[in-house]
Amino acid sequence: MSRRAAGLASLVVLVSVHAAALAAGFLAPYDPAEQNRTMPFAPPTRVRLFEADGRFHGRPFVYALDEAAADGGRYEEDHTRACPVRLFVRGPSGGLRLFGVDDPARLFLLGTDGLGRDQLSRLLHGARTSLAAGLLATGVALGLGWLLGVAAGYYRGWVDAVVMRAVELFLALPWLYLLFGVRALLPLHVPPGRAFLMIVLVIGLVDWARPARVFRGLVLSARERGYVLAARGFGASDAFVIRRHIAPATCAVAATQAALLVPQYVLAEVTLSFLGLGIGEAAPSWGNMLSALQQYHVLVSYWWMWLPGLALVPVLLAWSALADAVAPPEEAAA
Amino acid sequence: MLLAVSALTFLLSEWAPGDFFDEMRLDPRLSDETVRALRERHGLDRPLPERYLRWLVSVLQGHLGFSFAYGQPAAALLWPRARNTLVLTASASALAWLAALPLGCAWARRRRGPLAAALGGGTAVLLAVPDVVVALALMVAALRTGWLPVGGMASLGHEEMTAAARLRDLAAHLALPALALALGMLPMLLRHVRTAVAGALDEPFVLAARAHGIPEWRILTRHALPAAANPLVSLFGLSLASLLSMSLLVEAVMGWPGLGPLLLEAILARDFHLVLASVLASTVFLLGGNLAADLLLVAVDPRIRAEGA
Repeated sequence: MSRRAAGLASLVVLVSVHAAALAAGFLAPYDPAEQNRTMPFAPPTRVRLFEADGRFHGRPFVYALDEAAADGGRYEEDHTRACPVRLFVRGPSGGLRLFGVDDPARLFLLGTDGLGRDQLSRLLHGARTSLAAGLLATGVALGLGWLLGVAAGYYRGWVDAVVMRAVELFLALPWLYLLFGVRALLPLHVPPGRAFLMIVLVIGLVDWARPARVFRGLVLSARERGYVLAARGFGASDAFVIRRHIAPATCAVAATQAALLVPQYVLAEVTLSFLGLGIGEAAPSWGNMLSALQQYHVLVSYWWMWLPGLALVPVLLAWSALADAVAPPEEAAA
Repeated sequence: MLLAVSALTFLLSEWAPGDFFDEMRLDPRLSDETVRALRERHGLDRPLPERYLRWLVSVLQGHLGFSFAYGQPAAALLWPRARNTLVLTASASALAWLAALPLGCAWARRRRGPLAAALGGGTAVLLAVPDVVVALALMVAALRTGWLPVGGMASLGHEEMTAAARLRDLAAHLALPALALALGMLPMLLRHVRTAVAGALDEPFVLAARAHGIPEWRILTRHALPAAANPLVSLFGLSLASLLSMSLLVEAVMGWPGLGPLLLEAILARDFHLVLASVLASTVFLLGGNLAADLLLVAVDPRIRAEGA
């Protein structure tokens, strides 16, 4: 497969994943926080066309779970209660949902977690949290790195010296240790909304140094170009030269950097939340969903609890393919 | 460098809301006076520069500050943990390099064909699978088959074992986290080994050696590998940072009693000096590793020795 085709394919994957995350409220059959305490770790519901006695239905249906058996931790279908799957149903709060099923059945396409919450709904809403955290953190890190890198490369002198010392300082630490160290200074128990902002800022602030070094190198060579010297000779202000001549020179590299950083930051959010330092309970994120796997019995028994981790694989693959595709040709050849 | 890191973290800690004793205040059994007295005893009521200087003095005395949660100097807690992390990362990198060198050479020799396709696909997939998932998958495999112990570093009754049995027990516990860590590093190493060896094999001196009829195996070991050694040794130094980060995660997931879980506990307990000590220890590891890489570079590359002389 050529680089171009791989890039296009990964773009399609990423757009559809992000679209699914954006449309989580419509695609998810339940509220991500809705609990069914009688059905912890229910296996994925089977959608059927044929009833147990062989009768055929044109409309797919599911069987309700047998409550009596569920109490003993076993899940058996109640073959007397077939409930059709319907498209475009109204949720309890009035919002339109792509599909749903009549009571008393529940449609858990990907099973439930320990509190009986629908895993598919949580996966979709969690994608929102995790992917947005990755994108926003990239924005923070790239923005800060760009500002400091351009300032250091353009003005040289003491600005350069200070910024580069700081870069060396930040790069001297293993970055996960640094991330955890900074995280340690912040309060432990925060509501999910603020925790989200905190994570984004911490990741962005910890990792500005790598992009800053890249941008500084670019600017160092760009400022010696003939057209920049000419513009300065004509008396153009620093702000104008940076906006008009320096900034465009950094665009291509900024795109490559973004494609490299986003997957790392998505992973960083997952890691922090997995270890209980990120976004807390109630609000789903792929990281805190995976943290259920820290209990051995969940790890071994319920494969659907792995889905957030598996969902990361195509996302990360797509980002790295995209980074390959947008890299300038000379970089790709090396 | 270490000074700057510690000063930075101290400064940040001043802005951070809350400290260890704030959590205590929530405990109804402790009166406000007790908490205040405790703060005074640990010097938390002093101004920041004085606290930093006192901490520096404590570092010079080898105490690295005082862990509030454990009630003993942080250094005493740190050393056994740091040793465990060193054991884990050293064995994992040995494993990863032992796998990456022959595979990378084979890949560089035959750049097309089934082996190259398998290696290319394998590394791409391994790169995309998060380390957490790799670690968890290995744990499931171990739990299902029962071949390897999961979690911790020693079995019950470790103390009563003979030395040989102890070593075997340690190796069995080490296998799983080391494997997870090695698998995490392997794809990156493999790609770099391939690039470096392939570059060396394309050089004219290899063509000359082939023309002389020197066997392919000897060309690879005697001519290509030494030429490729320089970038690979640099890579060893550069990969240390990601190795340590990865190790933090693997240790926390698999319960290996290294620096990672210590740092995590310290964060959760808001035990500031212990956090600082762990972060500093990781920096020392990184700097030490880079120094070792530089020394190794001098040892393997005669060109650098000639420059220095």
